[in-house]
Amino acid sequence: MAKLAKRTFDAVVVGAGGAGLRAALQLSEAGLKTAVLSKVFPTRSHTVAAQGGVSASLGNSEPDHWHWHMYDTVKGSDWLGDQDAIEFMCRAAPQAVIELEHFGMPFDRNDDGTIYQRPFGGHMSNFGEKPVRRACAAADRTGHAMLHALYQRNVRANTQFFVEWMALDMIRDAEGKVLGVIAMEMETAEIVIFQAKATLFATGGAGRIYYSSTNAFINTGDGLGMAARAGIPLEDMEFWQFHPTGVAGAGVLITEGVRGEGGILRNASGERFMERYAPVAKDLASRDVVSRAMVTEINEGRGCGAGKDHVLLDITHLDPEVIKHRLPGIREISIKFAGVDPIKAPIPVVPTCHYQMGGIPTNYHGEVVVPDGAGNHVVVPGFYAAGEVACASVHGANRLGTNSLLDLLVFGKSAGDSLIKYVKGEVRSMPEIPQSEIDRTLARVDRLNNQTNGVEVNDARLAMQRTMQAHCGVFRFKDMLKQGVEKILEVEKMVQKTQIKDKSKVFNTARIEALELDNLIEVAKATMISAEARTESRGAHVRDDAPDTPATPNGRDDANWLKHTLWHREGNKLEYKPVNLTPLTVETIELKARSY
Amino acid sequence: MTTQTVKFSIYRYDPDKDKKPYMQDISVEVEPGERKLLDALVKLKVKDDTLSFRRSCREGVCGSDAMNINGKNGLACITDIDTLKQPIELRPLPGMPVVRDLIVDMTQFFKQYHSIKPYVVNDTPPPEKERLQSPEDRKELDGLYECILCACCSTSCPSFWWNPDKFVGPAGLLAAYRFIADTRDTTINERLDNLEDPYRLFRCHTIMNCVDVCPKELNPTKAIGKIKELMIKRVA
Repeated sequence: MAKLAKRTFDAVVVGAGGAGLRAALQLSEAGLKTAVLSKVFPTRSHTVAAQGGVSASLGNSEPDHWHWHMYDTVKGSDWLGDQDAIEFMCRAAPQAVIELEHFGMPFDRNDDGTIYQRPFGGHMSNFGEKPVRRACAAADRTGHAMLHALYQRNVRANTQFFVEWMALDMIRDAEGKVLGVIAMEMETAEIVIFQAKATLFATGGAGRIYYSSTNAFINTGDGLGMAARAGIPLEDMEFWQFHPTGVAGAGVLITEGVRGEGGILRNASGERFMERYAPVAKDLASRDVVSRAMVTEINEGRGCGAGKDHVLLDITHLDPEVIKHRLPGIREISIKFAGVDPIKAPIPVVPTCHYQMGGIPTNYHGEVVVPDGAGNHVVVPGFYAAGEVACASVHGANRLGTNSLLDLLVFGKSAGDSLIKYVKGEVRSMPEIPQSEIDRTLARVDRLNNQTNGVEVNDARLAMQRTMQAHCGVFRFKDMLKQGVEKILEVEKMVQKTQIKDKSKVFNTARIEALELDNLIEVAKATMISAEARTESRGAHVRDDAPDTPATPNGRDDANWLKHTLWHREGNKLEYKPVNLTPLTVETIELKARSY
Repeated sequence: MTTQTVKFSIYRYDPDKDKKPYMQDISVEVEPGERKLLDALVKLKVKDDTLSFRRSCREGVCGSDAMNINGKNGLACITDIDTLKQPIELRPLPGMPVVRDLIVDMTQFFKQYHSIKPYVVNDTPPPEKERLQSPEDRKELDGLYECILCACCSTSCPSFWWNPDKFVGPAGLLAAYRFIADTRDTTINERLDNLEDPYRLFRCHTIMNCVDVCPKELNPTKAIGKIKELMIKRVA
């Protein structure tokens, strides 16, 4: 019987991106003994790559209201977002951003010294009337500025980080209570139990399930994989955002803030084609709408370049000083990855996998909630999730740009606060860790170390990424989804036999990549199976067999599908739960057909 | 548009099995779309999964994949293969303990960063809304806040090589000036006190390697100069 070293804490936070750092700050300031585990040094987390802004109805440039922000978010979500959580987030937004400014975040400024705000996709005033400046920005490096400010505030609060530790599995007792995680120190391969009174996942998304992604290499859905293996269902995993403007070929993100500053999408004949798809919002329609329009242009032969395989993002008409001042980062990216200076020539762009709307099901307190088998949804004791890994659900079927940074601030904090209440609420014991939980993790690591005649990690990962890309992209097809399910289950068999040549104990990145793939495949299965089952079109999930009809506008079938998917790893079982259409204090935002 | 062979000479060391470090000659085929050094390294790792390096965002904002490339520090993800003489010689960042292959122990680097108290301190009670800052005052932070902590600068600095425990180094000093320059911070005197020492600030001999290598085109030497100016003004 293998024994592992054990460390004990009040709280363990897994992940040190925006959500993890915001939560950790609450815990440190409340005096909880907290361990924050991260695969990378905190400022290397993928929040750093966010560009355009964080939304809040500060109204610094023109009138704005949280209720309008809420309306836009519900509409953006194609009514799949829970209206209680959305109201909570939009109301909390101004305070969350002000607080960040007080922490030292270097926001750009208006002439009167207030925080600079720019227009963004789907941000409208007066319940969808006309675009409004709501995205609070630090040039086009908002995520970088935010992540560093949050890290810096945690340095001040003496937060205890375990850098380059990878969590392998979460630990639950027989009743399902969460007791912490088992983690591996990357530098030494030592495996240690982090026992805690409460555990918070802030591990980010899993965009690397797709071949072409704006996501960093580290975005491998570790929290989702761990949760799935521990019997927690994953919610709404069929909904993936394809960002309209990834650099063609490279996949690197070009912020929507470029269109916020006046950028225009053009097809091969130079036409501003978004006018046909979204007459009011045009290039600033919601991301799913813009991505589909772009793919339609390309599919109908109006794409640009020799392969007619992309469209152009044009800002050559903007004042070069505006580009240098407001969009310096994308100019740098464009020069480095597309080989064009956007002051002089348009940027070749193509929709690219960007964000996971689904995740670990939580309520707006950041508590993880699961079905109890008797028709109720109950809190998992000692378990919290926030940020991209979680599904509160505020993004529903399609996220609005800049709501991701807001999500991680608001729910990082609320999850932290809920955790503090739980830990301080009564005396929490540190029970014996069930040996079966330890054995389960060690068996997985041993299997990998001892595998012979297996499959190369890269081959299995590529098979997964190509399957996801071909079978579950911007437009989805009934037959392709059906085949996709079969294929991804075949890929799973490959993943169960991955083999590494590197057996070193010292910073073995081959082993880390193999363990990451164990997590990615859970997300890929959840995505494909949930997508195949949802026979409507909604938000980012659009199928050929669910077209626009008078009864189902844009293919959306509210009579049958106004509900959240829950995928269980065990038997790939699906179940559903109702969407919460009741906000906290205001009237329900009533269902209607979506247009921009 | 055909595949291209890229030749490398790479520093290899796995303390688990190697008695001492060695240079490995190895090559890899890259496709026309694979233009960056990191693309080639990722392909090399498919060939030989023991090759170890850090990487994450692959677009030059996370600061993970700093290394010494043909004798000059840089980020693999934003370095074009075409600009490099082959065989491309890759070594870990100089002056830091090597953990394995291209991975170094950055403890000392971060310790220096932390030593300058890298956070805004303001003793006045925060207002209901944001603290106001004019666009001109905010502009003072440009060229400072964009640092990605990749350590290219500090590990190219001879003064940092000799005294990594005593000299804050260019990255830490750039950060120090970022907070000194922030009109919202009320502790400029304490910040200068913290650097008033023969080593912490004054070991900078304006060699300017830091400026030469910074992948974000920042200028730590200029920031250091401004701190020195403030020190002198304070005495006068």
